[in-house]
Amino acid sequence: MDRLLGRSTLRRHLTLAVLGMLVVVVVLESTGPFRNAQFASMAYYGIAGAGLTILIGLNGQISLGHGAFMAIGAYTAALMLQGGDPLPLPVILLAAALVTLVAGAVVGVAAARLHGPYLAGATLALAVAVPGIPVYFSGTLGGEQGLNVRVPDIPPWFADAVFFVTGQDMSRSRYLGYLGWFCLVVTFVLLANLARGRVGRTWRAVRDNEVAAELAGIDLGRARVLAFVVSATCAGLAGGLLALSARIAAPSGFTLTLSLLLLSAIVLGGLGTLTGALIGAAMLTFVPQLVTGLGQDLGLTDVRAAELAPLTYGLVTMLVVLFAPAGIVGGIRAAAARRRAVKTSGTSKEARKDEAMDEIRGVTGDRHPGGGVRRG
Amino acid sequence: MQQLITTVLTGLTLGAVYAAFALALVLIWRATRIVNFAQAPMAMITTYIALVLIDAGMSYWVGFAAALVSGLVLGALVERFVIRHLTGKSEINAVILTLGLFIVIHALAALIFGARYRSFPAPFGLRGFQVGDTTIALTGFGVFTILSVVGVMVLLVLLFRGTDVGLRMRASAFNQEMARLLGVRVGRMLTLGWALAAVVGSLSGLLIAGGGLVHPSYMDGVVVYGFVAAVLGGLDSPPGAVAGGVILGLSLSLVSGYVGSELVPLASLVILMAVLLVRPGGLFAQVRERRV
Amino acid sequence: MLTVDDLTASYGPVTALDGVSFEAPRGEITAVLGANGAGKTTLLRTVSGLIRPTRGTARLGEHDLTSVPTERMAELGLAHVPEGRGVITELTVEENLRLGALGRGRRGPADLDRAYALFPILAERRGRSAHVLSGGERQMLVIARALLAAPSVLLLDEPSLGLAPRIVAQIFDLLRSLVESDGLTVLLVEQNARSALSIADRGVVLNLGRVVVRDTAAALAGDDALRHAYLGF
Ligand SMILES: Nc1ncnc2c1ncn2[C@@H]1O[C@H](COP(=O)(O)OP(=O)(O)OP(=O)(O)O)[C@@H](O)[C@H]1O
Ligand SMILES: [Mg+2]
Repeated sequence: MDRLLGRSTLRRHLTLAVLGMLVVVVVLESTGPFRNAQFASMAYYGIAGAGLTILIGLNGQISLGHGAFMAIGAYTAALMLQGGDPLPLPVILLAAALVTLVAGAVVGVAAARLHGPYLAGATLALAVAVPGIPVYFSGTLGGEQGLNVRVPDIPPWFADAVFFVTGQDMSRSRYLGYLGWFCLVVTFVLLANLARGRVGRTWRAVRDNEVAAELAGIDLGRARVLAFVVSATCAGLAGGLLALSARIAAPSGFTLTLSLLLLSAIVLGGLGTLTGALIGAAMLTFVPQLVTGLGQDLGLTDVRAAELAPLTYGLVTMLVVLFAPAGIVGGIRAAAARRRAVKTSGTSKEARKDEAMDEIRGVTGDRHPGGGVRRG
Repeated sequence: MQQLITTVLTGLTLGAVYAAFALALVLIWRATRIVNFAQAPMAMITTYIALVLIDAGMSYWVGFAAALVSGLVLGALVERFVIRHLTGKSEINAVILTLGLFIVIHALAALIFGARYRSFPAPFGLRGFQVGDTTIALTGFGVFTILSVVGVMVLLVLLFRGTDVGLRMRASAFNQEMARLLGVRVGRMLTLGWALAAVVGSLSGLLIAGGGLVHPSYMDGVVVYGFVAAVLGGLDSPPGAVAGGVILGLSLSLVSGYVGSELVPLASLVILMAVLLVRPGGLFAQVRERRV
Repeated sequence: MLTVDDLTASYGPVTALDGVSFEAPRGEITAVLGANGAGKTTLLRTVSGLIRPTRGTARLGEHDLTSVPTERMAELGLAHVPEGRGVITELTVEENLRLGALGRGRRGPADLDRAYALFPILAERRGRSAHVLSGGERQMLVIARALLAAPSVLLLDEPSLGLAPRIVAQIFDLLRSLVESDGLTVLLVEQNARSALSIADRGVVLNLGRVVVRDTAAALAGDDALRHAYLGF
């Protein structure tokens, strides 16, 4: 495996990215418009989830307000797409990310001084507060109805290039699928490098033991703000993509529920891992259809059957927290670590157990003992 | 002037409800160091239980009592079968657990009762009283709201200060190990604490709903206001939570009256951040330092 | 009588208590001595069920305490005054005492006045928050509170810690008289071996979680080698 992917982390990640993009091309080209649209949603959930999982899993900060950051990105993109002759989409998405970056920095500076339930409460307030803003400024932001988004024409060079490779015409939903997954792959490569490098080590150090991190010369505030900003920026980008896919940016799209589902998705996938974020995104995208169908078979109306999906997420989230805090990825990893440990000779039994435990704990920040209010 | 009086009276009524909700959060925080974000949907679903009974032709008061009793049961069940199993894990896990519960109860309510808006009756008038020939913003239901919240507080004070069970509950909240050594069944006390808190939460749910509309998300804002009120009061102090609730009710009523009701949640966020960053121990804290 | 047999307990990989056996007879004070980290606190915490042993038993009469949950110890007549922070500072002095009295369970109401008679200073402070008490007053409070539960066995973890010698003497005198008048069984953990042995009937010396020696107090105090090696006086 190492030989195939190369030794340097960056090269490894880039190789994985290229392979991933190839898979994306195959999948998007072999599925129809409905699936294409679903994959586009999966991409923005994946990006937002990746940002959130980095924040919680690597830095130990929690945010229930990522729906609000997605709203900021979505409204930025929607506003820039209002005129007759919009800028190119990459520019618009970059702007969505940058505007959210600024918002994330403002919130992050305040958030860096809070922890646990206090941070949760503050970001919860953010999630509830932000949808009110477009209603208040209904003149520019469209009020309850929101802003309609017109997806610009597909750039001819892109359509031609894809046609040249695949021999198929480009539909709009497939175009959005490509756009979303391209953004996702880029985001993941950047995040993976960040997480593997010095910055990621700093974040983990802060998460595991603030006192030790501070003694080691880490600026706790800076590390936290940076993690928050990176995380919010991902959410902003995801919001921009969401506005394009949904063709609208409206307050009802960014309720507290969005933030909570995002959180539960990454918990299910396994906190702190990008794979987990991807699994979570897949669940957010595909589970609703599955369980709604099931509900209809049981004789529920469409609207009610649709509630089975959040019900499932919520229940599984609770079970995961109570019984398997590492989530799905963590479970698989721990199993793999055990298997590896059995094969490795020469290590003591204790060491092997520790290794397996580390793999589990490493992602949950389990080492913070309870106790909310501690004297500073 | 007229508008200011209206704003203040509305603020007091709202403040009473926020105070009740904040009190529910504080009771649980003191006992288990968990902020129960799921308090909002718990109160929501017990209000639906009242609504179903009332819609089936029973009196408002039957529904009212049923909601409080189901709050009691729900609180106890949640502590015993969910929260109890969390011991010793990180505080982020506790937050995520209550949010998981939030999602579950929310979805259950939408599944069982439907997601549409339904109107909820009020047992007293919703018209303002006449003073001379002006109508003031204090309604019969508003008076009932304030009185019932005050009544609950008095009962809680009597329970905690005056009875053996109250003493045991406080001991368990402050020092579990010592309480155990002194023969207090700490587990039962925690269950009881959650149950009582859920009753108080349910009361605030009923009071918010009275004369208005309920739907599965109608308490989502209240959990934020309740949390902000609790933090204003220091999160550890029941009297602080009550004072925080009233202060927040008045402030938000001012924002709603003079700026716009859409910005009320934003204003509560601003107040929250201001308190956490400037006076992290709450408005009434002595100089004691505290990590938030 | 409290009988400890082969009691073993550990914190993860650290074995803090390793096969400890001894008896604390009724109506006697048994001192538990040893250097820092010897396992004294662990011993008391294991007896009162705060730590579950990996092996061995602690018996009170016919009850095997190792299968009794901590909150039922008070009912069985066992009171444990933990090391350091036993006062519930958020409650008033009187509430702390009431809480102790509640531990009697069905054995009838307690008389707070008896506690106030023993420690008049507590009567003066009864309505104040226990937070304002001095170290010595706190120690009196926790002992008075433990006694209000009318225990037959009292576990004391370093009651002399941080107290003025005069107060230590006062508390020890009180213990001695309670043992003699009520037939109380006391397990007294102390750093201050000299004064502990002066009121104890017998002693157990621990080192690294094991019993080094058990004997009468007089014999222990008279053994120079032992005193130098483990008791530091
Ligand atoms: N919570 C704990 N976790 C891990 N190890 C512990 C814990 N408590 C005690 N120990 C270890 O167990 C051993 C015995 O500790 P214990 O507190 O019983 O000693 P002690 O005799 O009471 O000492 P002291 O006189 O200092 O109070 C020590 O090595 C200590 O480091
Ligand atoms: Mg000790």
